Amino acid sequence: MVALLHEVSGPAPHWDRTPRAWRLTVLLVLALAVMSAASLAVGAAGTSPWAVLADIMAGREVALADRVVLFEIRLPRLAMGALVGAALAVSGAVMQGLFRNPLADPGLVGVSAGAGLGAISAIVLGGLLPAGIAGALGYHLVPVAAFAGGWATTLVLYGIATRRGQTSVATMLLGGIALGALAGALSGILVYMADDAQLRDLTFWGLGSLAGATWTKLAAAAPLMILALVAAPMLGRGLNGLSLGEAAAAHVGIPVQRLKTVAILTVAGATGAAVAVSGGIGFVGIVVPHLLRLATGPDHRPLLVNAALLGAALLIGADMIARSLIAPAELPIGIVTAILGGPVFLWILLRRRGLLGF
Amino acid sequence: MIRPLVALTLAALAALPAQAADRVVSLGGAVTEIVAALGEADRLVARDTTSSWPEAVTALPDVGYVRRLSAEGVLSVAPDLILAEEGAGPPEAVDLLKSAAIPFVVVPDGYDRDAVAAKIEAVAGALDVPEKGAALAAEVGRALDAAAAEAAEGPARRVLFVLSVQGGRLLASGRGTAADGIIRLAGGVNAVDAFEGYKPLTDEAVAQAAPEVILMMAREGAEDLAAEVLALPAVRTTPAAASGALVSMDGLYLLGFGPRTAQAVRDLSDALDRAGS
Repeated sequence: MVALLHEVSGPAPHWDRTPRAWRLTVLLVLALAVMSAASLAVGAAGTSPWAVLADIMAGREVALADRVVLFEIRLPRLAMGALVGAALAVSGAVMQGLFRNPLADPGLVGVSAGAGLGAISAIVLGGLLPAGIAGALGYHLVPVAAFAGGWATTLVLYGIATRRGQTSVATMLLGGIALGALAGALSGILVYMADDAQLRDLTFWGLGSLAGATWTKLAAAAPLMILALVAAPMLGRGLNGLSLGEAAAAHVGIPVQRLKTVAILTVAGATGAAVAVSGGIGFVGIVVPHLLRLATGPDHRPLLVNAALLGAALLIGADMIARSLIAPAELPIGIVTAILGGPVFLWILLRRRGLLGF
Repeated sequence: MIRPLVALTLAALAALPAQAADRVVSLGGAVTEIVAALGEADRLVARDTTSSWPEAVTALPDVGYVRRLSAEGVLSVAPDLILAEEGAGPPEAVDLLKSAAIPFVVVPDGYDRDAVAAKIEAVAGALDVPEKGAALAAEVGRALDAAAAEAAEGPARRVLFVLSVQGGRLLASGRGTAADGIIRLAGGVNAVDAFEGYKPLTDEAVAQAAPEVILMMAREGAEDLAAEVLALPAVRTTPAAASGALVSMDGLYLLGFGPRTAQAVRDLSDALDRAGS
């Protein structure tokens, strides 16, 4: 609404917080750069990226262990953390705008439940696959199954909620709950069948981790997440219009149905890819957009950009904590995001009570 | 500046198979016990969370749960050999460790006499002390045979191994588990043989299994658990509850199938004989 008024009425009135949001963008870019550099330097092994860089510049041989730590462990992990954090935060912001509901998160379109079912199926039933298929996928079986499960669930849900070319957001919400329950029940059956070791794997998968980040996984998952990150800012104006209600948005010339289709499919793709490679990382999709709305208002155009930056910086930071707190062992990152995110979110909520953008 | 030098030296060492490893990471409780029993514990530089015996190894850095290793965490102790029980992972971490040119030896698992000997020989081979390994394997094998033979003379109790009690539901061990193996060696009969692995039992299935003894893992601060478990509706009707027969033993000692297994068999067999009478 603010944005629409802004467009027709010229200079920003004093209550327009959008310019402030764009200034925040600059700060967030800096924060992300600092976090990334710190993330490369921090870790259980004493490898220093600066020393390695100096060695390379000077043409000296870099020790194998240092090379593996920096280029095969920390760097893909940094890239994965940035992409997953950005994808989850942006997906959350888009979903909250689309459903006009502060509690919406990427899981609403069925991705998380479907991905969970896919992952559990792969962990428990993976051994039953013909050796050819299992051998070709190797340990990519779980991510591939998780992605397929998430994507398939979203498509089914989208099909259920779309009648005569119109997607009903309410049907999608309720259908998502039903499909979620169904996926939960099927997962329950598989959990019952699982052996001791598989149960442990399931639990850890649900807590999320970036530990499995490899260049191969990144190459497979990155395109979908990048696609969403590029597409989301273009949805900003449409989502702003949608905050007036679907009918009003259509009257001001927003192609509502196309907006919904694009939003749902990009979110499903990005979240599916993120969950597939990192497991269940909670809270980023809800907390990051809310933090930004509280700080700089509900305009979706800066919000979607800032959410990507803050999500990336936060997840990189959380991952640093996850892998250094109990080094040489590491914590599942989902624990870190929830332990940090919960109290911070509550504190902000209490301090700014009544000022929510909804 | 030291570290790259060390890493370089280690990489050079790894290329020479004749050189025995002296910075060993041991993953898995039984594997670590075997390293210690071979008298090679001073070559260890790190262990996993499940390695809790002998006491001295708990002072070593802990690289985490054996199925959730952090590749960088393991690399940070600059190992030149990694000894791992079966199932150590995740596979991504194992691949990364291999790409850093660190020998990664998987020790085969199993729940009988021969498996214990095979584990010992695998560990001794990797540590380049095969003679010590053969001697220890023979010694442990003899002790196990003697313990099992002695245990077989006692009455064959029906034993129900309970992994955990969640909300009053018993998670019991079926066929093909470490618990099944140790019960067998101790001259008992696994009261649950309808399924493989660990599964929750319904109350009726517990009654039908009619265990004479309930076997559990000892946990700190769980001394009251015995009374609690025996009073569960599912358990109350069993012969075990009637005679108050509940045995609890340290999990790694009981189920590790390492060098202490013969002693564990004797302890369990004695406890079973006493518990049922």
